[in-house]
Amino acid sequence: MQIQEKIKHLLIVMLAAVVIAGCSSTATEPVVEQQPATEVVEVAEVAEVVEPAGPGFAADNTTPVDASGSPVSRTFYFGFDQSIVSPADFAALNVHAEILRANPNRKVVVAGHCDQRGTREYNLALGERRAQAISAILIANGVSRRQIEDISYGEEELVNPANNARAWAQNRRAVVSYR
Amino acid sequence: MVPMSKTITRRNCTIALRQLTLALYVCLLACASWADLDTIIIDQGVDDPIRIAVVPFASSEDLSVNDNLAKLIRFDLARSGQFDPVASENMLTYPSAEEDVFFRDWRILQTAYLVIGQARSNRLGQIEVTYQLFDVATQSSLHSYNFLVAPEQWRDVGHKIADLIYAEITGVRGAFSTKILYVLAQGIGTENPRYELQVADVDGERARTLYSSSEPILSASWSPDGQRVAYVSFETGRPSIVLQDVDGSRRELLTSFRGINGSPVFSPDGQQLAMVLSRSGDPEIFVMDLASRKLRRITRNPAIDTEPSWSPDGKYLIFTSDRGGRPRIYQLELATNFLERLTFVGDYNARARLLPDGRHLVFVHRRNGVFHIAWLDLLEDRLLVLTESQLDESPSLAPNGAMLIYATQDQSRGILAVVSVDGRVKYRLPSSAGDVREPAWSPFLPDVVPSPG
Repeated sequence: MQIQEKIKHLLIVMLAAVVIAGCSSTATEPVVEQQPATEVVEVAEVAEVVEPAGPGFAADNTTPVDASGSPVSRTFYFGFDQSIVSPADFAALNVHAEILRANPNRKVVVAGHCDQRGTREYNLALGERRAQAISAILIANGVSRRQIEDISYGEEELVNPANNARAWAQNRRAVVSYR
Repeated sequence: MVPMSKTITRRNCTIALRQLTLALYVCLLACASWADLDTIIIDQGVDDPIRIAVVPFASSEDLSVNDNLAKLIRFDLARSGQFDPVASENMLTYPSAEEDVFFRDWRILQTAYLVIGQARSNRLGQIEVTYQLFDVATQSSLHSYNFLVAPEQWRDVGHKIADLIYAEITGVRGAFSTKILYVLAQGIGTENPRYELQVADVDGERARTLYSSSEPILSASWSPDGQRVAYVSFETGRPSIVLQDVDGSRRELLTSFRGINGSPVFSPDGQQLAMVLSRSGDPEIFVMDLASRKLRRITRNPAIDTEPSWSPDGKYLIFTSDRGGRPRIYQLELATNFLERLTFVGDYNARARLLPDGRHLVFVHRRNGVFHIAWLDLLEDRLLVLTESQLDESPSLAPNGAMLIYATQDQSRGILAVVSVDGRVKYRLPSSAGDVREPAWSPFLPDVVPSPG
């Protein structure tokens, strides 16, 4: 009885430790995020799914998918006048890096965009910085510079032309597109 | 000029003047256009505008220029905000020759100045326009001029007359004969957006498309002789700089380097083009010698350096940089590379233009999270916010430095607006055809030449 209680406590402490470790690692070491993805693959294999492939492309050969076959996020959002990539996006960017490493003859265009506030030419520069921030992470993860092209559209291609905080946040983005 | 004061008694005169009448099309066929800007809405003028009467011009029967010419002159003067033209229906008499003028009639209407004129066609198919400007108080003629032009040039004559009247009375050169460049964007947010670079008279009439594309166009600027324009086009899939003749004859893709090719601005002598290139990895300012096409790099800083413009003497470049953490305006002396920061107030100052006097700066300024056009006296460090709308951008100065045109939003639609550099006079130029943006006011252009009357 007592032993059971102790084990229970130990489990709770261990779980808490895992959670804390998980949290801190998302912020600093995004690589840990890959762990669940690999596990999913194993589970899939156990479930006897025919394709044991890693991240790659969907049937259309352009939509990037992770190891489980789900589409990977291609759009990454930024703060006002900021070009810092959110740590929450590192996992998806790692998948893109993996896909590009595995397919060295495939290329991506990283398009940087801004919201409609501020001047058009300054936003052209800011959009380029956003595209470069995304590219830098791909390159740091082993992708060849020659596989990436950065383009800035500044505030010229809005996804939401409305004038409110929600629309602005939707417009401040970088989009990864496979060629 | 008028004293600079922020205490404005709003005159919201909102004179919604209608476009000139269809009857006019008889003599307009040669320059018919479809996408003119809409009716201009005058929001605000000076507190005590000058009363002026422009009497309908007498004309031969075959011409319908008569009141339309007077209307155009009245509308030009009204838009300056400094004049309050008398409506023709309020006039007691309609003199067209000096001997028919009774100054008493004009004093009753509290008119300070009077303009009369005539338009006649001759055997060669030309029209001859004569007008005379009077000072009502002194009952004297101030000047008189003749024009002999082709019928389709009647608008040019009208704007020129407004320029001459404005200069005679205010002492400042008129800019009514100038043009504006702007981008008309249609179908934004749809599958088929359309961008047109257009040029029109400053009253929005006679609009003409210089270039049309399914890709964005921005940052249009004029060469100092008004013959060429430079702008940024995404036609290659990335921002490139294009050089084009205003008459439409020549068009050239000037630069299309990797990264940004942006912010083209002609030097005051027209020999060089300042621009922004990010081919080295981050946006830097370059100057291209247009004859040799040689590029000279001006800035060298990992921060954003963009939106260059020239001082009127061509010796300095002012530009936007976030090298201090936020976008601010800097000035660089080209001969010495001496760099100076110009703006110290606000957390976002960008796209500055120097006034012809070289002492005052207009730029985009963020205050309380809202973007406005601001004016700064560089000597006395005095800042004046000129506009009250939202998302105001791309200020471009009239060549006489009296007013500037900028882009803003009106009910989620991009429109153009004009404000005097003292903030007292305001009017809007909307377009029902789509969003209008990225305005650029032309330099003084070669115009119709009058002979003394």
